[in-house]
Amino acid sequence: MSQALADRTARTGVPDDDIAVSGRDISVFYGEKQALFDVDIDIPRQQVTSLIGPSGCGKSTFLRCINRMNDTIPGCRVTGELFLDGEDINSPRIDVVQLRARVGMVFQKPNPFPKSIYDNVAYGPRIHGLVKNRGEADEIVERSLEKAGLLKEVKDRLQEPGTGLSGGQQQRLCIARALAVGPEVLLMDEPCSALDPIATARIEELIEELKANYTIIIVTHSMQQAARVSQKTAFFHLGQLVEAGLTERIFTSPEDERTQGYITGRFG
Amino acid sequence: MNEKGHIVKSFDTDLTEISNLVMRMGGLAEAQLAMAIDSLVKRDSELAQQTVQGDGKVDELEREIDNMAVRMLALRQPMAADLRVVIAALKISTMLERIADYAANVAKRVIAINKLPPIRPSHAVPRMAQQVQAMIKDVLDAYQNNDSDLAMQVWRRDAEVDESYNSLFRELLTYMMEDPRNIGGCAHLLFMAKNIERVGDLTTNVAEIIHYQVHGHEPEKARPKGDETSFATVTIDDKAEGSE
Repeated sequence: MSQALADRTARTGVPDDDIAVSGRDISVFYGEKQALFDVDIDIPRQQVTSLIGPSGCGKSTFLRCINRMNDTIPGCRVTGELFLDGEDINSPRIDVVQLRARVGMVFQKPNPFPKSIYDNVAYGPRIHGLVKNRGEADEIVERSLEKAGLLKEVKDRLQEPGTGLSGGQQQRLCIARALAVGPEVLLMDEPCSALDPIATARIEELIEELKANYTIIIVTHSMQQAARVSQKTAFFHLGQLVEAGLTERIFTSPEDERTQGYITGRFG
Repeated sequence: MNEKGHIVKSFDTDLTEISNLVMRMGGLAEAQLAMAIDSLVKRDSELAQQTVQGDGKVDELEREIDNMAVRMLALRQPMAADLRVVIAALKISTMLERIADYAANVAKRVIAINKLPPIRPSHAVPRMAQQVQAMIKDVLDAYQNNDSDLAMQVWRRDAEVDESYNSLFRELLTYMMEDPRNIGGCAHLLFMAKNIERVGDLTTNVAEIIHYQVHGHEPEKARPKGDETSFATVTIDDKAEGSE
């Protein structure tokens, strides 16, 4: 690990302290079909990075590499190196269950468990053995719901089913569930695409707050959302990382013709 | 900008329209300045009066461009090069409005100066104006063709205008000292020259914005500046030397 890390630092010259996730030559194959081509990317710590690009460009595929969700897809093969805090996540010494606690994920459609609000949040800490008794569990549930900005709305009905909440609340419940196991990185795959504008604004506000403590990577189809919430933006097209850089620069003067075309609405 | 059209075609129509409005406003401001200078050369107070009245049309176009830009920002959320086109139109229209204001001010002074007997240095002002008018013409061409090279060429030429202004400034001071009866007319000419010099400055600002519209950033080097009149003084000794 340390050798790979040293190599990477030598290659990039980026101080590791500022980089949470770093990919080198990442390619992904679904059977014969290559979905991602030699992606090199550095994701800064405690910032929001958005991945944009037309459907099928590989951004979700890349996102799934970071917590090894691609492992669950039959016939899927990932090559290249992906580091989380300088540690190669594809190394055999990595425990995938632990990895997924460190790298939480929120999906497009809110997917609470068919359990109570309380159990939705307490489930992760319980199976990871993070809580020993009811008191600790109460505390972690409360803290996670608070961080996800949901506590005020649900504190009197923690035993009601999570599926009874509104779409936006369900999504924040899923975020609380991800936060409960103390992740470092939060992956969000179009977290607002099923929500109305008010619920979307709440999630965006939440993302803004969470970035003080978490590294957030968000896939979004809304260019305005990427511009609003992220500090860094990466544009994918046909499985390639075309351009990555400060969000402000990408949206005012992108370097690549394809980025320009996509964000100004000329193709995609 | 980008050769390919937008998926939403009416967006292209809007972008073309806002550029056309800026071009029209530029043409109008250019004509206003030409009329003002013409009225000075011909001592034509009626033409000067027309120029003063014509300023309203330029203001109207500026409002139209403002409204269009706000509408596009609100409804289209332009990005990257498109965003720069809208921002550039907003800023350039402000500058063109100022240019037309200066032209109207020159025209007002023509009306005042025509009530006085003709004075010699009034020929130097149109000569200086010619330089500035050529700059405006080129900068508008640069805008129309997205030609940042031409814009930068205009940008550098402002130093020549500043030089002309410096020499005109000295010339006028000398006339004023020679005969106090010249002071009224010369003071007006001096303000006209200053107005025209300011038009030159604004034209370089337009050139900078064209550079921004094309490249996404302003030109890196500081603009060459030649207006030293802020520090200039003329003493009686200078006058004695000048009149010898």
